[in-house]
Amino acid sequence: MKREKQLLKGNYAIAQAAVEAGCQSYFGYPITPQSEIGEYLSTKMPELGRAYVAAESEVAAINMVLGAGSTGVKAMTSSSSCAVALMQEGLSFIAGDEIPCVLVSVMRGGPGLGYIYPSQGDYYQATKGGGNGDYKIVTYAPASVQECVDLTYKCFYVSQKYRTPVCLLADGMIGQTMEPAVIGEYPYEEIDQSDWALDGAKDRKPRFIASIEREQEALRKRVVKIFEKYNKILENENIFEKYETEGAKLVITAFGSIARIAKAAVKLARKNGLKVGLFRPIMLNPFPEKLVAEIAQKVDGILDIELNCGQMLQDIKASIANCALTIPVKFYGRPAGVMMTVEEIYKQIENVYKEIVEKKYGTACI
Amino acid sequence: MEQLVYKKPDSIKDDFKISFCPGCDHGTAVKLVAEVLDELGVREKTIGIASVGCSVFSYDFFNVDIVEAPHGRSMAAATGVKRSKPDKIVFTYQGDGDLASIGLAETIHAMTRGEKVTAICINNTTYGMTGGQAGPTTLIGQVTTTTTSGRKAELSGYPLKISEILKEVDGTAYVARVTLDSPAAIMNAKKCIKKAFEAQIKGLGTGFIEILSTCPTNWKMTPQEAHARVRGEMSEVFKPGVYKDKVSEAL
Repeated sequence: MKREKQLLKGNYAIAQAAVEAGCQSYFGYPITPQSEIGEYLSTKMPELGRAYVAAESEVAAINMVLGAGSTGVKAMTSSSSCAVALMQEGLSFIAGDEIPCVLVSVMRGGPGLGYIYPSQGDYYQATKGGGNGDYKIVTYAPASVQECVDLTYKCFYVSQKYRTPVCLLADGMIGQTMEPAVIGEYPYEEIDQSDWALDGAKDRKPRFIASIEREQEALRKRVVKIFEKYNKILENENIFEKYETEGAKLVITAFGSIARIAKAAVKLARKNGLKVGLFRPIMLNPFPEKLVAEIAQKVDGILDIELNCGQMLQDIKASIANCALTIPVKFYGRPAGVMMTVEEIYKQIENVYKEIVEKKYGTACI
Repeated sequence: MEQLVYKKPDSIKDDFKISFCPGCDHGTAVKLVAEVLDELGVREKTIGIASVGCSVFSYDFFNVDIVEAPHGRSMAAATGVKRSKPDKIVFTYQGDGDLASIGLAETIHAMTRGEKVTAICINNTTYGMTGGQAGPTTLIGQVTTTTTSGRKAELSGYPLKISEILKEVDGTAYVARVTLDSPAAIMNAKKCIKKAFEAQIKGLGTGFIEILSTCPTNWKMTPQEAHARVRGEMSEVFKPGVYKDKVSEAL
């Protein structure tokens, strides 16, 4: 479609972008706060002669994606938290099989059923995973409806280019937010899948796509190969936002919807004369450790802010520890339920700034 | 004059390696499916789904494209393949533990949707690959490594009759239970397998075949004794026959 600005809800933006990206097969099961994605595609996909299947469970949905992806088409599922939990087995197989696909995960509160409030409690689930074995799910986190569009495109491209599952990690806040966004043609080149995908063994030897590998050395090599791919993805496909980090004494780290609120708080801090910046990783997995370390070398401290009990925090700390830095890393977060306000975050910034930069407090303030 | 009376089907690989135990019916079942693919002329547009269990090594034998599914998820994977490539012939090759226990939801729902695929289920009343534990189809009284004094209904319930269940599912077009215990039975099984593929090709719905099979290693029987068991107590509980046939009705 022609590029145009529309007033879009995050979930619809994802669904429309998937259609624009050429998603050929969608499989899903309803769960709040992402059900609009499946609702939209249930009408749109058949209109376009593409596949929509209301799966009987998320277990089935991810395995339908496995089958669809094995034929080389762009395949997608979408879900949330306690239901993404059900997909972990399939994701491990898909990663081992090197099948391209996109998983949209719109986080809600947990653990267990939790509730439908926005949350970032599934950072671990997305980036560390619950499936077995050595693998990663490449993960991008949008902070606006515009990024829901742009990153959905990116997810399809990266999944197809590197033959790997890619997760768009949104949250209930982004999924349910309505704001203007530009949506248009899929901006990436199409990646030819014909040298590996299953389409019937006509005039060639049959192909076998599997995670099983009986030879010890071959099994080892397969995992090494997959991890070399993750290095390439980090090198070539990493995206992030840096805001006012030059000359900053304190840098805020945050991702997704919270990063957007944090950015407003950083603006307020700058206005009040505090040298504060923001670093927002957009690609969360593989984690951009070097970038965090580079930033950390130039500041007096880091304040990590998340709508959870401190999950990305561990990756921030590891990034800093890996380069033997000892700057303080503070954390401000809360479990799902109540979103943070700009004022609340600003207050935390002010306190940490006083403690770390102006050294006015002797002990941790949080 | 030379006359070719028997040959390896093209749908079996030239360098196939058989990993099944002596006397196991898997080998015959694989061969019949391959012969049917040959006869229907669909080998080059077929995509198979390998399941978990003894059937996982399908790719060692079948000369077709194959994708492996996690345990029990073959019919979901088959759905994904077929919906994405409707012009392909898609089949699953699963054990009873895979199809009727851990994958029962995927099996019934794929068939409820009438997915145009064919499912082959090897029912040997045990988990063969893991060493002969009790499964969904284990007979009452059957000794396994987890029912050491025989399966008791009051402790572990009853054997699941999968063909009887699946014939009631509206999306199935062909449902049959067959055995491989005699040349006549093998000939009949092949006819049924062919119909289960025709159900798919004609777009009538899902084709399903349950093959009562031997597992001499875990049953601790000779191949002859194992086939006698299929003919005897297994066939008494799991009655062979055609349970549903919309393929013949459509002709």
